Amino acid sequence: MPKFIVDFFPNVANYWDIFLTALTATYQMFFIAGLITLLIGGAFGISLIVTKTDGIKPNRIIHFILEVITNVFRAVPFIILLIFLIPLTRSIAGTSIGVKGAVVPLVFGAVPFYTRQVETALADVNPGKIEAARSMGSSTLGIIFRVYLHEALPDLIRVTTITAISLIGLTTSAGAVGAGGIGSFAINYGQNLHYQDVVNLCVILLLIIVSLIQLLGNTLSKATTNKELFHK
Amino acid sequence: MINIEHLDKTYHLKNADVHAVDDVSLHIESGQIYGVIGYSGAGKSTLVRCLNFLEIPDSGSIEIEGFGKVSANQGSLDISQKKLRELRRSIGMIFQHFNLLDRSTVFDNVAYPLKYTGLSKKEIETRVDELLDLVDLADKKYVYPSQLSGGQKQRVAIARALSNNPKVLLSDEATSALDPDATESILKLLRDLNKRLGITIILITHEMSVIKSIANRVAVMENGKVVEEGDVYDIFANPKEEITKKFINSSSALSNITKLIENKTIIPTDSKLVKLTFTRDSVGSATISKISREYNVDVNIMLANVDVINADALGGIIASIEGAKENVQRAIDFLHESNVKVEVIHHA
Repeated sequence: MPKFIVDFFPNVANYWDIFLTALTATYQMFFIAGLITLLIGGAFGISLIVTKTDGIKPNRIIHFILEVITNVFRAVPFIILLIFLIPLTRSIAGTSIGVKGAVVPLVFGAVPFYTRQVETALADVNPGKIEAARSMGSSTLGIIFRVYLHEALPDLIRVTTITAISLIGLTTSAGAVGAGGIGSFAINYGQNLHYQDVVNLCVILLLIIVSLIQLLGNTLSKATTNKELFHK
Repeated sequence: MINIEHLDKTYHLKNADVHAVDDVSLHIESGQIYGVIGYSGAGKSTLVRCLNFLEIPDSGSIEIEGFGKVSANQGSLDISQKKLRELRRSIGMIFQHFNLLDRSTVFDNVAYPLKYTGLSKKEIETRVDELLDLVDLADKKYVYPSQLSGGQKQRVAIARALSNNPKVLLSDEATSALDPDATESILKLLRDLNKRLGITIILITHEMSVIKSIANRVAVMENGKVVEEGDVYDIFANPKEEITKKFINSSSALSNITKLIENKTIIPTDSKLVKLTFTRDSVGSATISKISREYNVDVNIMLANVDVINADALGGIIASIEGAKENVQRAIDFLHESNVKVEVIHHA
């Protein structure tokens, strides 16, 4: 345990092991839910762009279904969604508490948000580039990977950063209903036991995590604008 | 050779149907530079997109040399998706805004159509180098589009369009976003490619100057229909439709006369203001001095212009003819007989 913790955050020092467990839980929730969100939200966002009326593979039914899913789950505030999803979470994950129980609602909370963000990023790809790719005989998959995702990469990095930061926020809310992590540590030990130093450390920690994510996102996004990241 | 028969395309918008291409039939010979001109909304863009089926026509057929005839029926084609992509690969296309991938180098842009076609890395590299030499951009191989000028971007786009050795190149307003110098150099490149590779070029534009400087034949489009079609020189020498005349005027210095007529003082009284057109049959003779000598009329030349179209001269003069009424008429008759086209623009 670093010495400054004992000096400045004595109550955190008293619960050091629990604090470390909470940190690990947040880390696990973030990466597991984040990875799933990246895949599902990415796929949904791409599908929305591809299947729209003037998309490269129009499909009214798929587009409509995705629209409805995205809108419904985006309309429900996350804390309500958490409670609402408990039965579903139990049937999928076997439990509604802990990291395992948190991943399901986190994915449901983050996917619609990420879907819209990806959709917006891809919609910014100049339609002329798509047309050029079609004129060169590219297939639907070819256009998705070689034009849409390739050209929108800086924007995709940007929106992924935003989603990652908002996911950190969601993991702490999930803490309020028994998910564990920094959120529940702050509530259970900071608020309930009136240890302000515990809350303070949690705030500082979140600030650092969020800033690091933002810094990484900005750097990558800038490094890929109008060029490849690693050019041969 | 490209044979377009009874091509039809209607867009069904919310409050109206737009008949973008209305029963168009055209025949384009191999090795030609074929211009399609029209105002925006005339349907020329849709027409050219139907040629590689970026737009699927409602009905009609298109026959492309080496590819057979493709027919459209109620908005679907009688070839498979796979065959369609093959067809698109055999037709190059360039655009007004170049449509390059901003995150790819010049090399990767030109290599785009070559990748995933079974060619080895080495073969792709060789082919791209060839193409970059062809468009004179070998030194920009690893540069990104954001570092290029408009003209250079269009050169990259041309190299990319040519990568699969197409027999046909479609050009959609390829020079409209360029400055005059870049326009000139791109047109020159297209002309060279047409000569060296024998590639058929179909270019659509709203600028008559582009048609004049590069096309062999031209089709004029209005409201989805081809209203006039023919050899570029003949169309310039003898336009029939109002819209064709308008386009020709837009590229001719002689159109300035309308401004001069407003300022009436410059037109002598008792005179006829005429526009004389000298085609290849009459451009060489000294007709003007002849009429003033033989019919005792004064000819005051106000504007004169010679266009060179497909290496033939087309002369235009705006002049006032002054003199006794019957002499003026006889002079005009004589001009007619000498194969000079005479249009009376104004009586003073």
